[in-house]
Amino acid sequence: MDKTVNQKAWFLVLPVFLVVAFSAVLPLMTVVNYSMQDTFGNNQFFWNGVGWFKELLDPSTDLGGRFLASLGRNLFFSLVILAIEVPLGIVIALSMPRQGWTVAACLVILALPLLIPWNVVGTIWQIFGRPDIGLMGYVLNHIGLDYNYVSNDIDAWVTVIVMDVWHWTSLVALLCYAGLKSIPEAYYQAAQIDGASRWAVFKAIQLPKMNRVLLIAVLLRFMDSFMIYTEPFVVTGGGPGNSTTFVSIELVKIALGQFDLGKAAALSLVYNLIILIVCWIFYTVMTNAGAERKPQEGAA
Amino acid sequence: MARIDLVDLAHSYGGNDAPQDSFALKPVTMTWRQGGAYALLGPSGCGKTTLLNVISGIITPSRGKILFDGQDITPLSTQKRNIAQVFQFPVIYDTMTVGQNLAFPLKNRGVPKAEIDKRVAEIGRLLDLEPYLNRKATRLTADAKQKISLGRGLVRSDVAAVLFDEPLTVIDPELKWQLRSKLKALHRELDLTMIYVTHDQTEALTFADTVVVMHDGRVVQSGTPAELFDKPAHTFVGYFIGSPGMNIIPAEVRGREAHIDGHVIALNRAYDKLPAGAKIEIGVRPEFVEVVAPGPGLLTAKIERIDDLGRIRFARTRLGEAKLAARAPAGFTSSDGNAGLKLDPSHIHVYADSLLVEGAA
Repeated sequence: MDKTVNQKAWFLVLPVFLVVAFSAVLPLMTVVNYSMQDTFGNNQFFWNGVGWFKELLDPSTDLGGRFLASLGRNLFFSLVILAIEVPLGIVIALSMPRQGWTVAACLVILALPLLIPWNVVGTIWQIFGRPDIGLMGYVLNHIGLDYNYVSNDIDAWVTVIVMDVWHWTSLVALLCYAGLKSIPEAYYQAAQIDGASRWAVFKAIQLPKMNRVLLIAVLLRFMDSFMIYTEPFVVTGGGPGNSTTFVSIELVKIALGQFDLGKAAALSLVYNLIILIVCWIFYTVMTNAGAERKPQEGAA
Repeated sequence: MARIDLVDLAHSYGGNDAPQDSFALKPVTMTWRQGGAYALLGPSGCGKTTLLNVISGIITPSRGKILFDGQDITPLSTQKRNIAQVFQFPVIYDTMTVGQNLAFPLKNRGVPKAEIDKRVAEIGRLLDLEPYLNRKATRLTADAKQKISLGRGLVRSDVAAVLFDEPLTVIDPELKWQLRSKLKALHRELDLTMIYVTHDQTEALTFADTVVVMHDGRVVQSGTPAELFDKPAHTFVGYFIGSPGMNIIPAEVRGREAHIDGHVIALNRAYDKLPAGAKIEIGVRPEFVEVVAPGPGLLTAKIERIDDLGRIRFARTRLGEAKLAARAPAGFTSSDGNAGLKLDPSHIHVYADSLLVEGAA
């Protein structure tokens, strides 16, 4: 069969090339360029090769120390909020009504925190937690708890975590609820006939059927919490000290605070790479899990 | 192992105060023999699944009682009744192996491990699932999954009845026969009461020794396949069972004669006490009507087409307003599209308001 050669298609593809080049490739290349150089202002740049990357991975330098410490804080933060939000989301989804007008009411209430912009959430909790005028801060201090997120590391962490749980548990709950709703009634009836307890129903039917949505929930929440910036920045500004300085906050400090464009560019490239790798791992795991579930033909 | 009695049982999704016409299941009193193979046959929405779910306890009936061996179990939950149910779509526990699936009902009831292993091995052998016991159940085909669903019911030694809710819907046609004969064999071997819901008459007639036909929430007839064929108690049974279904023709019946379209048809029995004002029809199966050349004393019908089913030919004819199917003997042809109809008087039934009327000898 002869293929018709027609070069006109290039005209259709060209606009996309241009848009992608200007929106993604060129800015990224600029960052790569910066990451290889050092600047002392006045738009003067000096070649530094892979020097910044070496420093980044070396905890004994200032840059490496700050990066690795904030990376550790970030991973710990993601781990903690996943450990809270996933089980809590499942519990909420399980206790939601399955029919009637209460379903719509629950969905609306759950969706509310998701609709609030990040910096508004930050502002809400910043005020809510203040010991002098904030409702939570005032009440906690009033009943004898010495709570002050501005001066106490642990209080700051608790505030940031509770804020994230408040903001995002709904997402996990809604995803799980969708997963639960897709389970046919016959499964519950069969389990009833098989004499299954509530726990056995959860373990044998509900959890396996929620498998896929849970993976999506974990992926979304991990990515989001790993890239978190606005909320802790508004509430604690990364403090007290550096105790709630996550990678993105550190990045902004270096780039805009110190105007160390080279260091910041190197950091953001590594940061980007980590997220890409984690994304790829999740994606592979998820697609493999899907393939495994396809029934094998001729098995019986 | 149990006899199941339904006593004035009815169910309405709208509560008992709803008009009885709207009941999903109209009042029924009947007995299911211990060890019987029953089929609940009827079109979609006739209430057969409701009846099944009432027996299994998934639905609590709004009226009446269910007795297992004379014991009232109406208020008992599904878990406490000793029934097994196989659903339309296979229900298997994804994360478990076939063996763990079979063991699940016993584990939930706290049966000792040794006993569980013994029962699982036994049921695995019975259902030809032995090679798969250690494999993940999700990877099996639909018919194997249905066998697992059935196995979870059979694995309990105390099971009183096995209920099937159109279990072959998702099975490939050639496997349907295999699985159905497997059920039949199991029934003979295990002496269990089996109730099989279906809308497919072939499935019902081949599986069951008693077929219960339901129509519009009501049990209209319960009998052996032969009884349903020879003596349908309701015109619905007549045309629902058999292919093509029974011919139902409006007629005027007096004594031993039926008048159709000005023609007189002799009846074998006398019908003198027909209810006044009732809609009177006669029913005769196509197998007992023969198309012949038109002649004196015969009903004359117009032939619309002749269906050749290979083994047998059926002529589709029109008799006034009524449609009528009849056997066309080998070599029968009609030059002008007209034919005479010869009805076998011993197989003509008379129906008043759709219900069979027994004539006097």
